[in-house]
Amino acid sequence: MDGLPGHSPVLTASESGCDSPPVLRERGQREVFCGLTGIVWLHRKIQDAFFLVVGSRTCAHLIQSAAGVMIFAEPRFATAIIEEKDLAGLADANEELDRVVARLIARRPDIKLLFLVGSCPSEVIKLDLSRAAQRLSREMAPAVRVLSYSGSGIETTFTQGEDACLAALVPEMPHSDSASPELLVVGALADVVEDQFRRVFTDLGIEKVSFFPPRRAGELPAVGPNTKMLLAQPFLADTARLLEARGAEYLSAPFPLGAEGTTMWLRAAADAFDISSSRFAQATDAPRARAASALSRFHDQLTGKRIFMFPDSQLEIPLARFLARELGMQLTEIGTPYLHRTHLAAELALMPEGVALSEGQDVDRQLDRCRAYRPDLTVCGLGLANPLEAEGMATKWSIELLFSPIQGYDQAGDLAELFARPLVRRTKLRV
Amino acid sequence: MQLTLWTYEGPPHIGAMRIATAMKGLHYVLHAPQGDTYADLLFTMIERRAARPPVTYTTFQARDLGSDTADLFKQSARDAYDRFKPQALLVGASCTAELIQDDPGGLARALDLPIPVVAVELPAYQKKENWGAAETLYRLVRSFARAPEAVPARATCNILGPTALGFRHRDDLREIIALLAQMGIAVNVVAPMGASPTDLVRLPDAAFNVVLYPEIAQSSAQFLEKQFGQPYTKTIPIGVGATCEFIREVAELAGINPTPFLEDANAHSPWYARSVDSNYLTGKRVFVFGDATHAIAAARVAQEELGFTVVGLGTYSREFAREIRAAAKLYGIEALISDDYLDVEEQIAALQPELVLGTQMERHISKRLGVPCAMISAPMHVQDFPARYAPQMGFEGANVIFDSWVHPLMMGLEEHLLQMFREDSEFSEAPSHLPAAAPAAIVSSVAVLPRPLEAAVAEVVTQHAVIDVPGWTAEAERELGKIPFFVRGKARRNTEKYAREKGLAMISLETLYDAKAQVGR
Repeated sequence: MDGLPGHSPVLTASESGCDSPPVLRERGQREVFCGLTGIVWLHRKIQDAFFLVVGSRTCAHLIQSAAGVMIFAEPRFATAIIEEKDLAGLADANEELDRVVARLIARRPDIKLLFLVGSCPSEVIKLDLSRAAQRLSREMAPAVRVLSYSGSGIETTFTQGEDACLAALVPEMPHSDSASPELLVVGALADVVEDQFRRVFTDLGIEKVSFFPPRRAGELPAVGPNTKMLLAQPFLADTARLLEARGAEYLSAPFPLGAEGTTMWLRAAADAFDISSSRFAQATDAPRARAASALSRFHDQLTGKRIFMFPDSQLEIPLARFLARELGMQLTEIGTPYLHRTHLAAELALMPEGVALSEGQDVDRQLDRCRAYRPDLTVCGLGLANPLEAEGMATKWSIELLFSPIQGYDQAGDLAELFARPLVRRTKLRV
Repeated sequence: MQLTLWTYEGPPHIGAMRIATAMKGLHYVLHAPQGDTYADLLFTMIERRAARPPVTYTTFQARDLGSDTADLFKQSARDAYDRFKPQALLVGASCTAELIQDDPGGLARALDLPIPVVAVELPAYQKKENWGAAETLYRLVRSFARAPEAVPARATCNILGPTALGFRHRDDLREIIALLAQMGIAVNVVAPMGASPTDLVRLPDAAFNVVLYPEIAQSSAQFLEKQFGQPYTKTIPIGVGATCEFIREVAELAGINPTPFLEDANAHSPWYARSVDSNYLTGKRVFVFGDATHAIAAARVAQEELGFTVVGLGTYSREFAREIRAAAKLYGIEALISDDYLDVEEQIAALQPELVLGTQMERHISKRLGVPCAMISAPMHVQDFPARYAPQMGFEGANVIFDSWVHPLMMGLEEHLLQMFREDSEFSEAPSHLPAAAPAAIVSSVAVLPRPLEAAVAEVVTQHAVIDVPGWTAEAERELGKIPFFVRGKARRNTEKYAREKGLAMISLETLYDAKAQVGR
């Protein structure tokens, strides 16, 4: 343990080289979602999977508060709320869980993959969901496969929930003996973005491409020694580690945010597949020009503006790199809940000088720093946005950056617009 | 374990947050894991509060469990005191911290802070949000209220109940304060909204208490009655009738004559209800669901002040099951007491009301079923915090209720015109401001109801497979088309039900009218 909240933060120079900026590490109150929140987008991505949180009323309340109206569509998530009597004995809790799952499956025969999702209370009472998943899987095979992962707040921060979920799927992936290289794109992307990338890979001449997670539980891609793994999201530490253990080769690249990030991300794949630079140019010149033109509309609004980011999704550093390099924004402090030095190496190399990076959080101290910076735009969670607006500061909800398609060339303009909108709105209002 | 997709109430510590956030000079240190801070957004986003709730979370992580979460709590409490300098500290645990059994109360007291510490134990695996709010307010009142030095003046009262994240609490409070001021009654303390711990000390300086929301304030009022001899009001002033009763009750307690205050020049709703255009409201079938206070009040207003027929009444507040059952008896119906929205949906679908008065969940259910709906109760939606003044209580509250319940319905004149011109081709499809899903399409085929999880989809499907839907002769189908669209679905369903009961495979013109005679409205 490196200190209790309120104790002096530690400022350390990075060990990875003098080109990386120093990172302020803090421990204190974290104003972030837990990993359960990932269910909100994961259940939409894997269309025949169901997510059953084994938790408390707080867990159910969190998901309904975070998911908003999505719950009224055709929700493929629910909470098994632990009650007083379940705490008395774990044997009974397991029986109760079996009963709840049986009832759920009886009513939702369309479910092919069921995730039992651990929560803070289930972890603390040591309810072993992986054993429960094995037991239930045996009973319900072959109709339903049951897996488990933890989305608990004591173990996961927000997007780490997706990492835990995908990590649980890795052992289920078939083995690939392919003699030729195969590309595996890892991390949930909006379907429209996935389709765009698939077209670019085809244009590049990379034929064997799969996306993980798949849209249907039965379509898990294979992995093996000839798998080249390209991360689409920066928060997949465990998933990547398990895929590497199954032979996949990690391709280091910045993340596909903005025209530059997308180009470098695609190039990492192209290089691994020995695609010629002329072919690369042929496949990417047109969409890159389109992205540049879309971005040019936002230079006036964003260039020179100072931005501050509270930690939220681990997307902060790639986003800051995009905003600084492609839109000329000035970075003040960029916070991230967790900084993965390897997966972010290519990003850190591109960060402009003078940026203050912070990892972890002590929200009250961070708010003090934010107020002292007086940035033009602050990226923060829903709990902080209106209070900061009331203090006269323009804010952007970070959660929108998770729920909107932002990756790739054709979303670069949309991504810039998300940051420009709060500023534009302020110039319009006369009240 | 309870399988749920959605809950009407949050966990009990959310109730404690509603009290702490409503008050001034109080800070809540909550022993809770990372992630529980989501609760802040309820206040900053749904209620659009301009400040963060006065809550410090310890946000412990797995690695802390191995070492010392108790130290973490103590450090957080000390830091919160240093930074916020509150008059008093409220301490407690959320569901996960309850399992660790760190005893926040004992730990906070051991810090020897120069301010009072109030500990609340809220059993998260048994109780829910409103109970948590009531218990927190009760603990605070009990800790701070001190006997008065002089006998309170008779015409002084406290107002108990309004919280943060409450259904129209802000506007109800303004309305009731104005009403009391008109009556010459001084308000000593309003709690929890706007009160500081030092204000709670003065609570016994009033002669009586006005309880606006029993779910929140009843236990505190009972304590104050027992301890300091302060009686409290039992009438909830929602609707004109209840407002007048409330005025009489308050006048009695304050020792004044109520008569001058029973007539209010701005009370428009009684005349609107009597005006000729409102005839069409007669007997409209309404389904009412919400917290017990609002549901009971809404049923009375619906029946007595709008001339509706209450066909269903229910609540998710199990603590007030007795009260809601007694109210349901007045309308000759059985109360629905459930916190499972699928039960509620099922009953709404079965009763086919013409108007639903409910919470944001009933709004969504109604949207699906194509039934108009108005909101009467928490849980809260951002739409339930209107920018304008929109109380539920008092005479202005009755005006607001008239408008907000009647507007979702087809306007009276429009309905008459549609009746007159119903055979014109222009009127064959729904020319209305009702939700896009026309009721006809929905009630004619139960299978299209998107019933998410527990809604016995399987049962409905089997039912359809086993019992064939009777066919319609062309003549009967044409006649059905002459019936206005907004009742056509019900007519179709009733007729088919009648035909099935009679074992008829085909519905003729005669069957249609036989069914009409039999089933009636």
